[in-house]
Amino acid sequence: MNFKTFAVFVGPSIFLMLLFIAFPLFTVFSQSFYVTQPIYEQVEVENCTPGFLTQTCTTEIQTIPLIGDDGDIITQTEFVGLQSYRNVLEMERFWAAIEDWSWAGIQSIDFWKALRFTLMFTLVTLPLVVGVGLAIALVINNATKAIRGPVIFLSLLPFIITPVIGALSINWLFRGDGILTAGLEWWLERDLALFAQAWTIELMMMFYRVWHVAPFAAIIFYAGLQTVNQDSLESAVIDGASRWQRLRLIIIPHLMPLIVFVAMIHLMDTYRTFEEIVGFRSQGYVISLQWLTYDFLQPDEAGNRSISRASASAMLTMIGIAVLLVPLLRRTWRDHKGA
Amino acid sequence: MTSRAMRQPVSLRLASNAFLAFWCLIAAFPIAWITVMSFKSPVDAFDSNPLNVIFGPATRNDGTGWSILDIVLGLAVIFFAIRLSARHVPALVESYSPRGWTVLGWIIAGLSVGLSFLVVFFGILPVVTDVINPLLGPLGRDVIGATTEHYRTVWIDRGFTQNFQNSLIVTAGVVTISLTVGTLAGYGLARSGSTLAFWILIVALIFRALPHSVLVAGYLPVFINSAEWLSPILGENAPTLYGKPAAVIAVLVAINQPFTIWMLRSFFANIPADLDEAARVDGCSHFKAFRLVIMPVMWPGVITTGLFSFLLAYNDFLVTSLLLDASNQTMVPAIAGMFNRETTTTDQVVAVAAAVSITAPLLLLVMVFQRQIVSGLTAGAVKG
Repeated sequence: MNFKTFAVFVGPSIFLMLLFIAFPLFTVFSQSFYVTQPIYEQVEVENCTPGFLTQTCTTEIQTIPLIGDDGDIITQTEFVGLQSYRNVLEMERFWAAIEDWSWAGIQSIDFWKALRFTLMFTLVTLPLVVGVGLAIALVINNATKAIRGPVIFLSLLPFIITPVIGALSINWLFRGDGILTAGLEWWLERDLALFAQAWTIELMMMFYRVWHVAPFAAIIFYAGLQTVNQDSLESAVIDGASRWQRLRLIIIPHLMPLIVFVAMIHLMDTYRTFEEIVGFRSQGYVISLQWLTYDFLQPDEAGNRSISRASASAMLTMIGIAVLLVPLLRRTWRDHKGA
Repeated sequence: MTSRAMRQPVSLRLASNAFLAFWCLIAAFPIAWITVMSFKSPVDAFDSNPLNVIFGPATRNDGTGWSILDIVLGLAVIFFAIRLSARHVPALVESYSPRGWTVLGWIIAGLSVGLSFLVVFFGILPVVTDVINPLLGPLGRDVIGATTEHYRTVWIDRGFTQNFQNSLIVTAGVVTISLTVGTLAGYGLARSGSTLAFWILIVALIFRALPHSVLVAGYLPVFINSAEWLSPILGENAPTLYGKPAAVIAVLVAINQPFTIWMLRSFFANIPADLDEAARVDGCSHFKAFRLVIMPVMWPGVITTGLFSFLLAYNDFLVTSLLLDASNQTMVPAIAGMFNRETTTTDQVVAVAAAVSITAPLLLLVMVFQRQIVSGLTAGAVKG
């Protein structure tokens, strides 16, 4: 296939990706160094109220935005360098908190709070997803052929459901006197308030995430289990290997590439975690990095969106993505050279 | 020898099946439970006793419920609907749709089956049972309290139809455009094998990992001010892209592109290159070979990729909620807004009903396309 035909086939897709992915990336990068603000002016205003004999007058200085000829507020964009990054990171408060050995101090800064949750959430759910996924794949593979279809159908449900709705549905089971909270209270014989502190919300989020992603891992591992070499399993039996040894020494090494694949996809997706915060309405207690950017982008009461701070927090989020991507890219590069 | 040596002890098989049953329960329970909740009055829906939630005494006292006859007839209608459509629809589609338009035939068939089911189930069935129930005595008395009032509130009073329409427009647009663009690119990438193709795929992989909020931070200011910077080109009627479904479609197509071209490339790589090379020897150009030889055999891969594009567009919250007006949302952001704003339990049950309404099409999708979804999931992974 010569270059011209290749370009015609691939062109539209490349064009879309450049216009809507590469270009915004570039604008976000540059936006993070600029701030657009309304221009304010200070006006001396004299307020007079009727009084006895004379009016009572007070003068005060008010700060009001300049209004242009067309009735809109005049804004100006200026270069601020790293100021937006400083506003997001709040390093002085961070170092002050470190010097005081105050964990609560660090947790009161939005960015560090979000980073702490995102990293912990990613690292805790990773082994759970791989473990639960593997267990489900093994038991599906162990079940009789007739029930596998329906079981896979049921397993796909948590994976296919809209993430926000999935999180909401778990939320409804626990919220207030939801059915599972009532069950837990009856079992533990004490009152529970699951939405009153951060760690119980985080536990529910982790439960949701494992419930949502484990089916994906299970289906991939199940497909991998179909290609396990039966001969080596048989020879292991002859050599007297126990079930556990067969699993550990033959099946898991066979699935290792798939486990790495699932782990990488999971790392990338969980690092971007966002829907849980919306579904559990947890922004008062727990936030994630992507939610932080989303929050900056939402208009505040005055209708302003803090675009430059959102850009700065977005660029900071990207650093983590870059770190996660390095091993994946190295692996793809090796495969390409090997092929 | 295998069968005896590999046989598992009873305890292991029991444990394995018990775990499987437990997993199925966990997988289905939240969805099944909110479905049950959505049919109850608020008192029942948030009752702490599970039996009260299922049987709904408060709902029954309000005078709405299902008798044994209702349940039997309802299940019968569902059963026959599935049975009839599974048996007759494929043959009908085959015989009536013109050559090359089978996809359109399937869409029309699906819509008409769905529509007639809705008419029979919600239109004709209630009238029939209303007439028969009083005649039957104890069999006709309500046993399970249930009400469709919340669904009526969501769809009619809250204007959810508008959100549904938006979702429909956005998903249809995203699926069509991203498949058209992606199929061409996937084919080109699979057949080229040059270093450039490899680098395009690598860059696409990096793009796939980007958080969507990063991209939206890039679009927002540009879209909001678009009337200003588009006016030199388009003149007076330059549109504000913010709030336009078309802009959201373009954004979602682009976000979806990296995944689409990776998946389609692996499907095309599995179609033997000899096939189109033979056509080329016979004097076809690349495009003619693609149209005549590849297009007839590519549908399984395209349908699978289309399913995942559909899921991305349908499930999206972040992009649509930021780029569309709050008053003109698609379904998913609309329900989150509903849930965040409302505080009374009635409003919460209404939100539950909306959530079930959003989930129902997905359930149907898994039922029909289970095999394609599984093959799509494993295609990327197993082949490396």
